[in-house]
Amino acid sequence: MDYGVSDPASGNPRTSSQYRAIKILLAGGFGVGKTTLVGAVSEIRPLRTEEPLTEGSLRTDSTVGVEGKTTTTVAMDFGRISLRSDLVLYLFGTPGQQRFWFMWDELAIGALGAVVLADTRRLADSFPAIDYFERRAIPFIVALNCFDGARRYDKEDVRMALDLEPEMPIVLCDARSKESAKEVLIALVEHVLITASEEPLSGIA
Amino acid sequence: MPSNDERWLDAEAGPVVRPYALTQGRTRHAGASFDLVATVMATQAVIRDPGSLAPEHMSVLQLARAPTTVADIASDVDLPLGVVRIILADLRELGLVAIRTPVVMAERIDKHTLREVLNGLRGL
Repeated sequence: MDYGVSDPASGNPRTSSQYRAIKILLAGGFGVGKTTLVGAVSEIRPLRTEEPLTEGSLRTDSTVGVEGKTTTTVAMDFGRISLRSDLVLYLFGTPGQQRFWFMWDELAIGALGAVVLADTRRLADSFPAIDYFERRAIPFIVALNCFDGARRYDKEDVRMALDLEPEMPIVLCDARSKESAKEVLIALVEHVLITASEEPLSGIA
Repeated sequence: MPSNDERWLDAEAGPVVRPYALTQGRTRHAGASFDLVATVMATQAVIRDPGSLAPEHMSVLQLARAPTTVADIASDVDLPLGVVRIILADLRELGLVAIRTPVVMAERIDKHTLREVLNGLRGL
């Protein structure tokens, strides 16, 4: 087989060096509106992934009749926002169930930051995500999805309930609204910028 | 329970067999790992020997004619991510695609890029 010269570093005027793909994670409990928010602000795309069944998931998934099955199909969506032809945001909704946390680790590497979407009626559902991002020092903000009929909590009450630092942004949103979803992402990027400014320069003792 | 080290799939694996048949049963790819948003780009404008490639490899190669990402390709070809990664690794071994780790993987996203993202979002 002749594939000719295939040095990707030379002789090709079409370059990918300027294409920047940036990941943002969207976490939160099941049914909190992650997919709704992604769909409101971006072009939503389906993704299929197959993952090995772990011992933990073998306990929770019925494998009767498929005892030899060692992988499971995980369907997930991601959102794509082209800010410019060479600057694209990718929104990954992290699967809510704890048994998919192994996927978070891959998603989290190199991510700009994360949004924890919370429902004031089920605040405790967002604890695992908050713990996860705090432990890994991944910058995040909390967005309260204000469902119709949901009791409006005071932001500071939520801050106390979630044990968040005073400087941690909490934003109210309507996950169905493009403008609102956009404001959530803007709040995250602003938070990351502020966080980055406060960090001491690396390499200086 | 089969050993976790045994990654070959057998008949009992059900519907996962068909997509992985494209990869000759491999469930792990060779070479360095790449991120979901790693940039993929075909290295050659014309494929000299298209007959030597499986249709799925050709489809992936077509999609990579303009810079794209692993996640975008997987979504477009509607194959599981694991299969697409193996196909991409095959194409990389053949020198047909370059797979570039996103800049953000190597270091924290720089402030200039963050401001660009911010301005881009505000302009949506």
